[in-house]
Amino acid sequence: MRQEEQSKKSSRKEIDIVESTEEALQEAKEINEEYNYLNVISENLALGQARAISKNPNKGRLSGIFVSVKDCLVVKDVESTAGSRILKGYKPVFNATAVQRCIDEGAIIIGKTSQDEFGFGSFSVNVGVDCKIPLNPYDTERACGGSSGGAGGFTRKFSKRHIALGESTGGSIVCPASFCGIVGLCPTYGLVSRYGLMDYANSLDKIGPMAKNVDDAALLLDVISGFDEKDSTSVGKKDFMSGMKKDSKLKVAIIEENFGKGTDEEVKQAVISALDKAGIKYDKVKLPLTAKYGIATYYLISMSEASTNLAKYCGMRYGKHEKLDGNFNEYFTKVRGMHFGKEAKRRIMLGTFARMSGFRDAYYMQAMKVRTRIIEEYKNLFRKYDILVSPTMPFIAPKFSEIQKLTPLQNYMADIMTAGPNLAGLPHMSINAGFSKKEKMPIGIMFIADHFEEGKMLNIGKKVEGSLND
Amino acid sequence: MKGVKVDRELILKVAENARLELTDKEAEEFVKQFKDILDAFSQIDEVDTKGIEASMQPVELKNVLREDRTEPSLSQEDALANTEHKKDGYFKGPRAV
Repeated sequence: MRQEEQSKKSSRKEIDIVESTEEALQEAKEINEEYNYLNVISENLALGQARAISKNPNKGRLSGIFVSVKDCLVVKDVESTAGSRILKGYKPVFNATAVQRCIDEGAIIIGKTSQDEFGFGSFSVNVGVDCKIPLNPYDTERACGGSSGGAGGFTRKFSKRHIALGESTGGSIVCPASFCGIVGLCPTYGLVSRYGLMDYANSLDKIGPMAKNVDDAALLLDVISGFDEKDSTSVGKKDFMSGMKKDSKLKVAIIEENFGKGTDEEVKQAVISALDKAGIKYDKVKLPLTAKYGIATYYLISMSEASTNLAKYCGMRYGKHEKLDGNFNEYFTKVRGMHFGKEAKRRIMLGTFARMSGFRDAYYMQAMKVRTRIIEEYKNLFRKYDILVSPTMPFIAPKFSEIQKLTPLQNYMADIMTAGPNLAGLPHMSINAGFSKKEKMPIGIMFIADHFEEGKMLNIGKKVEGSLND
Repeated sequence: MKGVKVDRELILKVAENARLELTDKEAEEFVKQFKDILDAFSQIDEVDTKGIEASMQPVELKNVLREDRTEPSLSQEDALANTEHKKDGYFKGPRAV
């Protein structure tokens, strides 16, 4: 090829990627006007990345694919607030490891997705002061689910090839995946580095992909997983991609408690018929401890950890600042009182209480011990089964008017099915199993696998996805 | 732990420990909500955990050690990039007493 032709070709390509990124940004803005999925659209960063890729065609596995980042993961020079006013204006000076790995593979970072403040919610209605609530892509009177609500809605609505970086502490990836009709994959605790994540609860937080299909979720997980010396809880890389492709006979069981009277009939039916349609045989098993004590154990641990993690937000080093008045206790107390939202205050308070002398053994330490027994309960089942199946959520995405009527405790109960696998650090994934007849709202089916068995989970997920698409 | 007495005094004590300023309305709401929540969470009392170790993490972790040598880290300038409260290369905090 003559040099002239070559440069013509490359400038043509440059226009393609840069142009398509401009289009994508325009689309993202239009979607955002109506649905509030993005706290920030990182226009300059995205265009810069598009230009760089066009000049030096990147052979990365995410080359030219759009990636959105949940607001609690830091992106260099892009305002990152975890959906909280207390971090307003904070522009990180480094990238989270998961974000950096996407960029290294040629991804274009399109923006920061909206969420419950610091992840404190199941419906993305507990957004920080002055933040907007994301609306369900199928019905704007309903919630996206939480806490990765913006990621769920944007993944459904955005037309370009896009994968979201979500984060889950007690169900925050699979819940919005279920309510928005997409795939959400929460990996084994420690598989993905948490470096650059604004912690909610260190022993529970996991970063994972949310995508339109199982293949894209697997691709992003493969990119972001693996050892990182910057995270002391990070473990080595596991080969789950080959497990995904293997044509293996998996032993499957459904979790009986999750098909009880607390679960909507239509949800139960959709999950069972998804298994039947894929020709998957299953046994029934019970998880009595998890079903009865999972929620309390999860919330006691997560709130306790949150109350110490959020101690660093005090108006001194980053985020919101006020005039330095009074002594340090008075100043910190004032700043935190002004800028944390109500659910953040509630969880900091409950966590502080659970760790206070006189209560610590009964709440915090007891919860840590119950967690051991819950992990054992799952491990016993995984000696016999490869995959456990449950609805992801007991109901379809609720209306905002319904959520308003719930007490905080009723809100917490929504995590009844997702708290268990999160507490035990088990990989779990939600895919769409169909729609409710009357409301036409998506229903999610959840697969849970043993630690580091993401491959089996992806395998069955693909099988069910394939049979539903037929 | 059944039968914890949740009143305004306890809520204000916890808020003080947590360095949170609450409005009167918030404190009042929390009294009612905390009763409800702690009652439900106290259920975990029933679980027999005699001789059971606490799981600080869900998966077993190994100690990660590295050689003790200096490596590049956050520069002083970067560390101060996000604050308004700084002086002579240091953070400037509220007074101690």
